[in-house]
Amino acid sequence: MTAPQAHSNEPTNDHDVTVGYSLSINGGTHPVQDAWIGESLLYVLRERLGLPGAKNACEQGECGSCSVVLDGTLVCSCLVLAADAVGSEIATIEGLSADGGLTDVQQAFLDAGAVQCGFCTTGLVMSVHDMLDTTPAPTDLERREAISGNLCRCTGYGRIFEAIDLVVTRRSGSPAGAS
Amino acid sequence: MSGVAFAYSRAADVADAVARGGAPGAAFVAGGTDLLQLWKAGRATPTELIDVYGLGLDGIGVDGDELSIGATARLSDVARHPFVVDQHPLIAEAVLASASGQIRNMATVGGNLLQRTRCPYFRTAGMACNKHRPGSGCGALDGEDRHAALFGAGSSCVATHPSDLAVALVALDATVEVSGARGVRRVGLSELYRLPGERPDVDTTLAAGELITRVLVPRAASIGRLATYVKVRDRASFEFALLSVAAVIRIDAGTIVHARLVCGGVAPAPWRLPAGEALLIGQKPERGVFTVAAAAAVEGAPPLPGNSFKVELLRRALVRTLTTIATGS
Repeated sequence: MTAPQAHSNEPTNDHDVTVGYSLSINGGTHPVQDAWIGESLLYVLRERLGLPGAKNACEQGECGSCSVVLDGTLVCSCLVLAADAVGSEIATIEGLSADGGLTDVQQAFLDAGAVQCGFCTTGLVMSVHDMLDTTPAPTDLERREAISGNLCRCTGYGRIFEAIDLVVTRRSGSPAGAS
Repeated sequence: MSGVAFAYSRAADVADAVARGGAPGAAFVAGGTDLLQLWKAGRATPTELIDVYGLGLDGIGVDGDELSIGATARLSDVARHPFVVDQHPLIAEAVLASASGQIRNMATVGGNLLQRTRCPYFRTAGMACNKHRPGSGCGALDGEDRHAALFGAGSSCVATHPSDLAVALVALDATVEVSGARGVRRVGLSELYRLPGERPDVDTTLAAGELITRVLVPRAASIGRLATYVKVRDRASFEFALLSVAAVIRIDAGTIVHARLVCGGVAPAPWRLPAGEALLIGQKPERGVFTVAAAAAVEGAPPLPGNSFKVELLRRALVRTLTTIATGS
């Protein structure tokens, strides 16, 4: 086994097992050492860096539970090689709120009862934030399309759409429930 | 984590990628959305991944009389690019009918064209599949065949090609530009794919190490703007096609003078329906004509027991697609 290449910013192409690199996550630098090149970003976030907010469910890009933002775009971190994310800005749910409190989307999920088992919730929160960042007043179709990559098997999505309604209403400044 | 060990490197440039890409076990990777799925399932076993995502092959623009779409352009960027939306909304329609937002943000045009079949026998470790290992048998032929091909299949393999984008691009007479050890060549997208025959494990006519660098589509003026994409699937979003239809027609003085009918999800490649196309040429764009053409287009499709419903489904989808174009709704 070769010595890990700690803090290198280029992934190595050694056939040997381990590599080292640094990832830029939520504004901070996170060194990764002794990693295998085939580890997904999801795996490295959860198992090496103590960031378990992105959930590991299908590992096939179908459920959206592992959604993170990579260089400004929402992706499934299970299908990103962590080593391929070197040089990219990664945003996870842990970094959504600067003060550690809840974002307005998270609060709305609580208020609307949009969380049951909770496994899909962090991915859905990431998707809803991503949609509202670019589309502050989404149509019904845009809302459905925006969360079509996030599977929830508990809620039937009704409460999740209620949560989106709440955020949109609150952000627009009108009193909740007003039409 | 699962899957065999591989080495990973970023290609320095196209020449570097092509020089190394032909080695046994080498595979190009860009968005990774298909390859990494297959690798996790043990159905792809690359020993070396050559990352081509950063090669700057992601440009979208006009090149002479053609729309040029780089091979590593992301699907989400393609779907909203002003040139694409303006010149060929058919492409945007097909892309937006594909996958989910997250996947479209990762997946590339080249990878989409080269994605492997969704046949569950191909995707599941331990299943007999001639596409995975020639000679191991075809589970679908005697098993679950709802997803199996209507056209172009053989006794060795009944898998279908899952791309939406490829169906639209064939309807638009697109070509792909390919770089390889012997230089750059262009190949019609229809000729990129091959039928299973005795080698169902080989999906395309690309030589080892050849890399798709861009897709070229004749500009709208030379084809006509009347086009649409209809995708029929088991649920309304984030699902592969049961079948799909891309139709392009041009009308001159009330008469159809150009027609392309291409269907997806029913053959090992995007499948043109020339018998249907021929019956549209010289006719008025009206429902009776569409009905006759659609019936001729699906005639002779040899279904398996589980997918025979697709013959009538395809006929109806053809009528609906053409009617949508003709009425603009």
